[in-house]
Amino acid sequence: MTVENPPVARSNLLWTLTRWREAGIIIFILILATVVSLRASDFLTLGNFRDILLDISILTIVALAQTMVILTHGIDLSVGSGIGLVAMMVAYTIKANPNIPLVVVVLLGMALGAVLGIFNGLIITLGKVPPIIATLGTMSIYRGMVFLYSEGYWIPPYQLPNSFKLLAKGTPLGIPNIIIIAVIVAILVYYFLNYTRTGRDIYAVGSNPVAAQYTGIRTERIIFLVYVLSGIAVGLAGVLWASRFESSQTNTALGFELQTIAASIVGGVSISGGVGTVPGALLGALLLGMINNAVTLVRISPFWEQAAQGLLILMAVVSDNLIMRGMQRNRPK
Amino acid sequence: MSEYLLQLANISKRFGGVEVLHQVSFALRPGEVHALLGENGAGKSTLIKVITGVHQPDGGEIYLNDKRVHFNDPLQSRQAGIAAIYQELSLCLDLNVAENIFLGRQPTAVGGRIDWRKLYSEADRLLTSLGVHLDLRTRVRNLSIAQMQSVEIARAFSLNARILIMDEPTSSLTLNEVAELFGLVRRLRDEGSAIIFISHRLEELFEVADRVTVLRDGSCVDTRLVKDVNRDELVRLMVGRSISNFFPKQEVQPGEIALKVENLTHTGIFEDISFELRKGEILGMAGLVGAGRTDVARAIFGVVPPTSGTIQVEGRQVEIASPQQAISLGLAYVPEDRLIHGLIPAMNITSNISLPILEEYARRGWLQAKAERSAAFTAARQMEVRANTIWQIARTLSGGNQQKVVLAKWLSTKPRILILDEPTRGIDVGTKAAVHALMSKLAAEGIAILMISSELPEVLGMSDRILVMHEGQMTGHFTRAEATQEKIIFAATQDVTTGTVL
Repeated sequence: MTVENPPVARSNLLWTLTRWREAGIIIFILILATVVSLRASDFLTLGNFRDILLDISILTIVALAQTMVILTHGIDLSVGSGIGLVAMMVAYTIKANPNIPLVVVVLLGMALGAVLGIFNGLIITLGKVPPIIATLGTMSIYRGMVFLYSEGYWIPPYQLPNSFKLLAKGTPLGIPNIIIIAVIVAILVYYFLNYTRTGRDIYAVGSNPVAAQYTGIRTERIIFLVYVLSGIAVGLAGVLWASRFESSQTNTALGFELQTIAASIVGGVSISGGVGTVPGALLGALLLGMINNAVTLVRISPFWEQAAQGLLILMAVVSDNLIMRGMQRNRPK
Repeated sequence: MSEYLLQLANISKRFGGVEVLHQVSFALRPGEVHALLGENGAGKSTLIKVITGVHQPDGGEIYLNDKRVHFNDPLQSRQAGIAAIYQELSLCLDLNVAENIFLGRQPTAVGGRIDWRKLYSEADRLLTSLGVHLDLRTRVRNLSIAQMQSVEIARAFSLNARILIMDEPTSSLTLNEVAELFGLVRRLRDEGSAIIFISHRLEELFEVADRVTVLRDGSCVDTRLVKDVNRDELVRLMVGRSISNFFPKQEVQPGEIALKVENLTHTGIFEDISFELRKGEILGMAGLVGAGRTDVARAIFGVVPPTSGTIQVEGRQVEIASPQQAISLGLAYVPEDRLIHGLIPAMNITSNISLPILEEYARRGWLQAKAERSAAFTAARQMEVRANTIWQIARTLSGGNQQKVVLAKWLSTKPRILILDEPTRGIDVGTKAAVHALMSKLAAEGIAILMISSELPEVLGMSDRILVMHEGQMTGHFTRAEATQEKIIFAATQDVTTGTVL
């Protein structure tokens, strides 16, 4: 059957609009960098850039996982508490066995995280609980477990061996390990989402679950999977957190889930599922990191930091809505 | 081997205590278009879902090429060569054309890596062989309904489907697109595929189907050759009684002018629309999908105010800036898509009906529940809404009953001018007749009705006068006596720049 294409001009406009979201963040980042470097000359230095990357490495790892969850029209609110719990359990384990190999520590953390993710996934798929409610519940449970496990105590730096502290900050390759790890995770997630069927299924499930199911995609399995992946990322992040901050506290990563969600959304990942990219989420995380950094350098009151973040999320969501509305209006009949 | 590709024997299916399918038998030959006909709720959709493995039957057998099969999920039936194009299109709107065609089975290279180049080249070959021209990288969200359907058909083809199920494929297509679709369906049939075709439009069935099976209340009533039946017979089989008068239009002496629209324009969407609507009159608005009729209605109702032109209501010039204002002027608008615009699916019948008139039942902001209830009850009874109670949630009603609730909702505002947008789309013959009878009765009571409809028999049967629109322009204006199907189609499809009948 011959069907006319939509007029070229119109599809070009839409194309530009959909591309614009990522271009928009880049422009935003450039503007911010310019403005801040006018006020603080040490902003645009290699050293500062390295500091920013160091700061956003953990955020990036978890935001990428959060992106996969949001792509399925879900959300994982338990990541902050999960990181706190894994960091605490890993720190206690190392304190008790200082000679445990680092590989084992990392694997242990990821396994613990996977268990947390499996629990989330089971509640959502088997228990048929909406993700926001399920992970709101586990957010409290996991945080509660931090207190139960540590009995309210924290692990100070001197109780952790140097080898563990160097896991995140060490620079055997000239760049801090933690940045390299984040880059590897980003490459893996990018490949997974774009070059594997399971990765594409994540988009399909988020875009139209019924269609995905009729196509033969096991939607429940995909949904379960993203929470487990999120858990594994949380596990890795927990280990890196304890290493980077050389300690573990009961309030470790408190509220961190909101930052991961913010990074995804600012990066153009749609809360209604099916839309979003790895580069977008990376840019979102970078923008958040730059804002935090700039606030310190420009010596604005740190009280502004949170407000700026909130404003940013709103701006991203509003522009998202406007773009979607524009697209619907331009949709050829 | 028997002559049948697919056979269903005594299929039964129940949901909870309700038997939706009762011992249904159905046989499909290769190289035929087999229509499935029945009122809403007759069990067509359930039967399709049993064939495609979405539901599993509680009793009976399915044979494919004389081999007994069990489909536990849609994947299995798909692998067996059965493809369905659902009413609610089953595409992923955020993925592009090529990926939708190969969704869930993208070609992979070594190590399970998706081979995007191969995916695009195969999609391209497939679309070319079907004669479909689409940009492979366009997101499906940006396609028209007809284009989306061609993506679905391409997907079915790529699965080497021998059985293609089309559930109401024409409901949102323009006449040209329908003709193209039917061309493709015939080609598929001639190549030996079997097509199960579901449509509420009986005319289409006579045009494209070879055999027809009629379902009623979950049972198979009969299977006939299409050339051996006529319309009245099919209707009798469907509803179990004959509906003597399809369009019970009463003769009404039109009263004074209720609505007068002059040079109404919304730049780029519609231009220079002028007409009068008198009390007691039904003015039909015909045209293709996308001709701008709904936009005109929305402009009159204040949803999207026009850029220029005037509107007079009962002789008084008005600027209608919002639906609230339109309602206060005595207008009511029953939109085309009842689930999106006309109903709040999660609310019960009562709340839906009383929504536009809540103020009447509120005293200092507090609702008078009793008055609200009795008004809703009266309206629902007047419309013969079939429900367990008036507290039933709107979403759980059948399509026809939802439409009745929407009508009841607007009638409760006691409108003097009623705009109905596709009042009978997607509802069954019985409900359709009830809606038509109601329209006729309302007109006789002096209500002015503007009816947008893409179904020509409905337009011709119900209207006192008929307006035709094409691409935002008025291209025809006929009285009931002079209107014919041919004249309307001509006006609705012509190119205004080359010839006009105005």
